[in-house]
Amino acid sequence: MPDKVLMKGNEAIGEAAIHAGCQCFFGYPITPQTEVAAYMSRRMPKIGRVFLQAESEIAAINMVYGAAGSGVRAMTSSSSPGISLKQEGISYIAGAELPCVIVNIVRGGPGLGGIQPAQSDYFQATKGGGHGDYRLVVLAPSSVQEMVDLVQDAFDIADKYRNPVMVMGDGMLGQMMEPVEFKERKPAQLPSKDEWKADGLKGRKEHHVINSLYLKPEELENQNLKMQKKYAKIKNNEVRYEMYNCEKDVDFVLVAYGTISRICKNAIKLLAEEGINVGLIRPITLWPFPEKAFEEVIDKTKYGFMSVELSCGQMVEDVKLASNGRKPVYFYGRTGGMVPSPNEIADAVKRNIGGAK
Amino acid sequence: MEVIFQRTKGLLDVPTHYCPGCTHGIIHRLVGETLEELNVIDKTVGVAPVGCSVLAYNYFACDMFEAAHGRAPAVATGIKRSHPDSVVFTYQGDGDLAAIGTAEIVHAATRGENITTIFVNNCIYGMTGGQMAPTTLPGQVTETTPYGRDVKQAGYPIRVSEMLSTLSGAAYVERVSVDSVPNILKAKKAIKKAFELQLQGAGFTMIEVLSICPTNWGLSPLEALKWLRDNMIPYYPLGVKKDITAGEAK
Repeated sequence: MPDKVLMKGNEAIGEAAIHAGCQCFFGYPITPQTEVAAYMSRRMPKIGRVFLQAESEIAAINMVYGAAGSGVRAMTSSSSPGISLKQEGISYIAGAELPCVIVNIVRGGPGLGGIQPAQSDYFQATKGGGHGDYRLVVLAPSSVQEMVDLVQDAFDIADKYRNPVMVMGDGMLGQMMEPVEFKERKPAQLPSKDEWKADGLKGRKEHHVINSLYLKPEELENQNLKMQKKYAKIKNNEVRYEMYNCEKDVDFVLVAYGTISRICKNAIKLLAEEGINVGLIRPITLWPFPEKAFEEVIDKTKYGFMSVELSCGQMVEDVKLASNGRKPVYFYGRTGGMVPSPNEIADAVKRNIGGAK
Repeated sequence: MEVIFQRTKGLLDVPTHYCPGCTHGIIHRLVGETLEELNVIDKTVGVAPVGCSVLAYNYFACDMFEAAHGRAPAVATGIKRSHPDSVVFTYQGDGDLAAIGTAEIVHAATRGENITTIFVNNCIYGMTGGQMAPTTLPGQVTETTPYGRDVKQAGYPIRVSEMLSTLSGAAYVERVSVDSVPNILKAKKAIKKAFELQLQGAGFTMIEVLSICPTNWGLSPLEALKWLRDNMIPYYPLGVKKDITAGEAK
């Protein structure tokens, strides 16, 4: 059995990427994710791989575009304001259908915001961010161990669908230390990149072009429809979520991801002591959003759902779409780097249940 | 019959979209010939910009990327770092390289990124219909400088080659012109030398090519060539700005 090691979240991200065969990492310092770059700068040259500190987040994501388009596994990481800068590049990567991994260790916004943990980039990650009809697969870990596993999965999902994948953790996950193990993984069966990668002809007859420009509207529409088919496949195959305390009848169901989902679990224990039965849906894929998780509890939950977020109510819109008017949907959140205690969440639950009675 | 001139293998047999009289075609050919003569078409990856030469990826025979506006040197960095044995070049215009892409070109140069940049300077944004570029000359009339470029209001044109030649990572920087046969021959020599230096791992190389835009300058091709000689060369003097193989810049 592999040993457990105590690791800081950000460093674990770096090690997980190395385990996943990441050949190139392009970084730029920004709190609270800088340790990813620092870790990669120590490790990558020692194992003959590429670490490069770019001149900006914009350059870093475009270096990823170059590396990914030439067929190697590549990653960049940043935090909210830096991820905003990367949006142009992410849109081009999505348009050119290149596989890569982007890590966002989210801090409070908007603007320069703050450096404390937040989840206020949910809209940006799941609804677009950059221009055009595209989707990122967005994975949301809630522990350092899960971050390690999801970073490795992210590379496989990216290669499987030729699509950028974002791993989105809040600043807390990046900064805290937890025991992790790097499990033995069977290499995934993935499609070859030989059909499209541009790394020199090397005897090939047709030249390859990495591109997202289609000047004829018929061709651009076709490309978009082709991508939509891919997104439909991802929606079918890749939805992930955890159901917690939902086996029996529940009075109420919380919906939360990342760090705050763990605080919700503690709130659920407090409420159980008072005889209030509360379940939790924890989305692990934010896109595709786990709508089917709601079907498992929609008839059971007496008072509906409450989206609990480290933001002002972004995921709550997807919760409403999943509930689709069948049960009430409430929201509770703190923002700007403020993190609620289990008691605050428990109080919010009681307020809403009381209101529903 | 003896064949004395034919298409270079560095370019594909496809029609280009360039305006009549545009010198992009000459510059494409010089790069294509170079790739063929150095026998590197098979291991070269080119990066096209946004601007008039956005479709260059359809014309070069090697593998190609299309980059976002100004980002070609960063994209080229990602390719070259992943495949150090490949030959990587960017082909960029003055709007792309000297305005929105200033950070990327400066840092690729200062890192000594082992790539070659072909920088086509025609003093104007061509594709969008002739607006002021960072290289537009003082007094030059464009769509967004209808009274002529007023340097008090719009600032001064950038001499990119001189600027980059101050950076330690730049191995070879030369400004050439394609306004006449002798100058075209000199341009070819410079482009070939840049790629040779890349093959030797010398670091960043850039050839700035003074080029014409008859369409947006509102001149015939011949008048445009004369305009280049009379106006551009005095502001953008031709010659080697940096050459580590010949000691410091002259």
